[in-house]
Amino acid sequence: MSDTAIPTAMPKPIAGPVIWLRANLFANPLNAIMTVLVVWFLVMSLPALLDWLLLDAVFQADSVRECRAAGSGACWAFIGEKHRLILFGLYPYEEQWRPLLVVLLLIAMAGVSCLRRFWTKWLAPMWIATLVVVGILMWGGVLGLSYVENARWGGLPLTMILAFVAIAVAFPLGVLLALGRRSNLPAIRAICTIYIELVRGVPAVSLLFMASVMLPLLLPEGMNIDKLLRAQIALIVYASAYLAEVVRGGLQSLSKGQYEAADALGLTYWQKQRLIILPQALRITIPPLVNTLITVFKDTSLVVIIGLYDLMNAAKASFVDPAWRGSSIEAYVFVSLIYFAFCFFMSKYSQSIEKRLAQSQNR
Amino acid sequence: MAAHPAQTGATAGRPIPKASRAVFWNDPRVRGIFYQILAVALIGGAVWWLASNTIENLNSRNIATGFHFLGREAGFDIGENLIDYSPADSYFKALLVGVLNTLRVAVIGIILATIIGTIIGIARLSKNWLVAKLASIYVEVVRNIPLILQLFFWYSLITEFLPGPRDALHPMAGVFLSNRGLKFPLPAHEFAYDLAMVLFALGLIAAVALGHWAKKRQDATGRHFPTAWVNLGLIVGLPIAGWLLAGAPLTFNAPVLQGFNFVGGASLSPEFSALLLGLVIYTAGFIAEIVRSGIQAVGKGQTEASLALGLSKGQTLRLIVMPQALRVIVPPMTSQYLNITKNSSLAVAIGFPDIVSVANTTLNQTGQAIEGIAIIMAVFLTISLSIATFMNWYNKHIALVER
Amino acid sequence: MATAVQQPSDEPMILLEKVNKWYGDFHVLTDIDLSVKRGERIVICGPSGSGKSTMIRCINRLEEHQAGRIVVDGVELTNDVRKVEAVRRDVGMVFQHFNLFPHLTVLQNLTLAPIWVRKTPKAEAEATAMKYLERVRIPEQAHKYPGQLSGGQQQRVAIARALCINPKVMLFDEPTSALDPEMVAEVLDVMIKLADESNVTMICVTHEMGFARSVADRVIFMDRGQIVEQNTPEEFFSHPQNERTKLFLSQILAH
Repeated sequence: MSDTAIPTAMPKPIAGPVIWLRANLFANPLNAIMTVLVVWFLVMSLPALLDWLLLDAVFQADSVRECRAAGSGACWAFIGEKHRLILFGLYPYEEQWRPLLVVLLLIAMAGVSCLRRFWTKWLAPMWIATLVVVGILMWGGVLGLSYVENARWGGLPLTMILAFVAIAVAFPLGVLLALGRRSNLPAIRAICTIYIELVRGVPAVSLLFMASVMLPLLLPEGMNIDKLLRAQIALIVYASAYLAEVVRGGLQSLSKGQYEAADALGLTYWQKQRLIILPQALRITIPPLVNTLITVFKDTSLVVIIGLYDLMNAAKASFVDPAWRGSSIEAYVFVSLIYFAFCFFMSKYSQSIEKRLAQSQNR
Repeated sequence: MAAHPAQTGATAGRPIPKASRAVFWNDPRVRGIFYQILAVALIGGAVWWLASNTIENLNSRNIATGFHFLGREAGFDIGENLIDYSPADSYFKALLVGVLNTLRVAVIGIILATIIGTIIGIARLSKNWLVAKLASIYVEVVRNIPLILQLFFWYSLITEFLPGPRDALHPMAGVFLSNRGLKFPLPAHEFAYDLAMVLFALGLIAAVALGHWAKKRQDATGRHFPTAWVNLGLIVGLPIAGWLLAGAPLTFNAPVLQGFNFVGGASLSPEFSALLLGLVIYTAGFIAEIVRSGIQAVGKGQTEASLALGLSKGQTLRLIVMPQALRVIVPPMTSQYLNITKNSSLAVAIGFPDIVSVANTTLNQTGQAIEGIAIIMAVFLTISLSIATFMNWYNKHIALVER
Repeated sequence: MATAVQQPSDEPMILLEKVNKWYGDFHVLTDIDLSVKRGERIVICGPSGSGKSTMIRCINRLEEHQAGRIVVDGVELTNDVRKVEAVRRDVGMVFQHFNLFPHLTVLQNLTLAPIWVRKTPKAEAEATAMKYLERVRIPEQAHKYPGQLSGGQQQRVAIARALCINPKVMLFDEPTSALDPEMVAEVLDVMIKLADESNVTMICVTHEMGFARSVADRVIFMDRGQIVEQNTPEEFFSHPQNERTKLFLSQILAH
């Protein structure tokens, strides 16, 4: 910038709606044409969408047929009927307060982790404790809770557990892989590089297939891993390779001076990484880390392919009931909203951190 | 870990010769070699353990390893194929059909997603508030919903909510949209169309030659040549002229309803359409962000300097902004192209016969799980590595020279 | 002083009449009146945020003014793109941050406008470019990229680039304030030489008071979007009239 400390913005001599309209919608003929086209598109689509979503929608019905007879819009009665199945899968009906608690607990912990004042050494132990509580709540078998085998887990809690555990385990793994890829020991560098590139080079679906088809072959007879754990392993493997690359990006952005200064202090390799390098690198990588979390959260939906009842698959299961056949769109819209709510919040959070980091770097 | 001795060794000062004081394991080189041997031994041990388990398991289940099964008769039909295929063909050919289907979706998807993504990315930077807002809503919605959910959504919409072939939507002559997919006419095989194709190819060659000539002439005399308009004439006008000269035939091979389905014309199956639609809409959201940040990465000062020199807005965009934005855009764009290719494997969820779904059928039928997975991975790794190699070459080619 | 006699033969090179500009609610330029004769050298100074950069950026319409008139060499700046481009063809500009094109070599930076705007044959444009590179004393850097040059060298290339379009007016927007101290002199030398050897009209936003003394015909002091005071350099520095000018000069000359 030049000496004027004023940002170069749109010229606005006087404020007011008319001037705002002229500057933002009708600045020149091309602009005006685009505005007209967009308005036309909105006029054509929005009322129809609104009709379907609300005005012509049916909120009370006992089957899809009743719904379709009552109105041409969405059949929200279906969601009213099946939301428990979609949200909690096949978890025993009267015990569903437990997964609900798990969801609330995980959301609360995620919220707490977003606040800077909780970024202390207690965060990691708190998360471990949370995951233990989550395990107790979901499995039960202690404290008077009835035992629920994990084949019956499903819906939103399953999706969240898959995503959070994947990130929690993959994160330290990813840090080690990133350090390994930048190590000056050729064998370690080669192993880490091959692992990262191999995993990133193939679709996540093929990793899930591999976990579900090949794992039983790879392990000795009698050592059986259930479907949930197999999917979880695949997701961890997948997430760790992507996290490794994110962390490596952070490591690369540090100046050489930081490494030299740490060496000059006489720190060992691990002290140097733990005290000097990683704290800085990880701070820079928070926004891309959150983006990876979003990706992993979305990609848990791929477990539908190997038949786990996560949020996605529970939604698909909800309209198998003959009475509710043909309400797939409603189910998809419902779970889309849930996924969107989570991912949108996370992406906004990552953007705000990014902005703050950019500001602190400019200073 | 022996952290303490190393620390004191370092702080105590380097001049002291290592041999006299330090034990050999304090030598970083020795330690490095030790760590490496340890790592290799651990990995090797793990691999050996897994491999021996596998061999044992395979033996106890009487599964023969190897790729001999590829020559056997596949025995299953594939709904869509670019090459002739029947259930009597070998597994190898079935897998080849799968690979070609993957590539077909990927290539068409990449082209469409690039076009739509670029438009939306530029729209996000528009000074028109409404256009910018709409584009950013698109990006937010599309990127925050899992792709597989979007695929199911489109597939449901096509197969459940579109009418059957008898009451197919009929937006224009010869085009039918039904729950059996999209049917559209193809020009019938005639001399005029062949001529147009040949002229199109010639026009392309002529356009390239003309570009060279115009550049040379501009260097020599300074005069500009309206290449864009002349090229448009060569590439579009020439084929149309040829077609008109050959009598302008309008014979189409149009789809016709016969019984319960259409015959003739070309078609896109519901599975292919849903997969393509989902991939393109999803990836365009990511490409839009890449294009937007690429353009924003070119500082305002660059545009100002160019305008101050008297260059027009178009010249500024073409000569200053685009070449610099491309450097920022190309690397992440390549990884999006890679993502489209990898994400096309979600075809298996809606039943489009891509390589993953064909390999999956194969491994279910033959029990050759390891080989099946290996084939899937080999195919994708080949594609990934080729794209990565190209990207590295390109990056080196366009990297900014700095000191 | 500022009201130059308006004769048809002695038409001013640049004329600003009652120019006003706002950023949102912020009034950046207030009733600016300025007339610059052909070949005149003007130095503009003032505290940061006083609107001096904005004013010269209005002269080649990198910024739009919202009220008043700006006429450059007989062409009034309006929304008409052709008029704006015509003015820009005759006005060279040197930026605080050089704004060289990093993807083009030094020579390509210099020949870009001659080739695409003036439609000069390439060989001729390159010969001219080399001539200007020699004038700014860095012909040996012609085939390097801007990123390989020092700040002072980059700014000299930027000056040469602006000269290549053979401008009637040169605008300098704080050309030395982004430079390391030891490089300021080499850039100022080039600018002084330019003033000595050609009769191009120069408007320079700078705080280099030595440069103002040796080159300027007139020094203008701006504050809060207004022209507060203008005078010959001798008078300006020895007998500043306005309190704000005095305060500013004491701050500038203190170190």
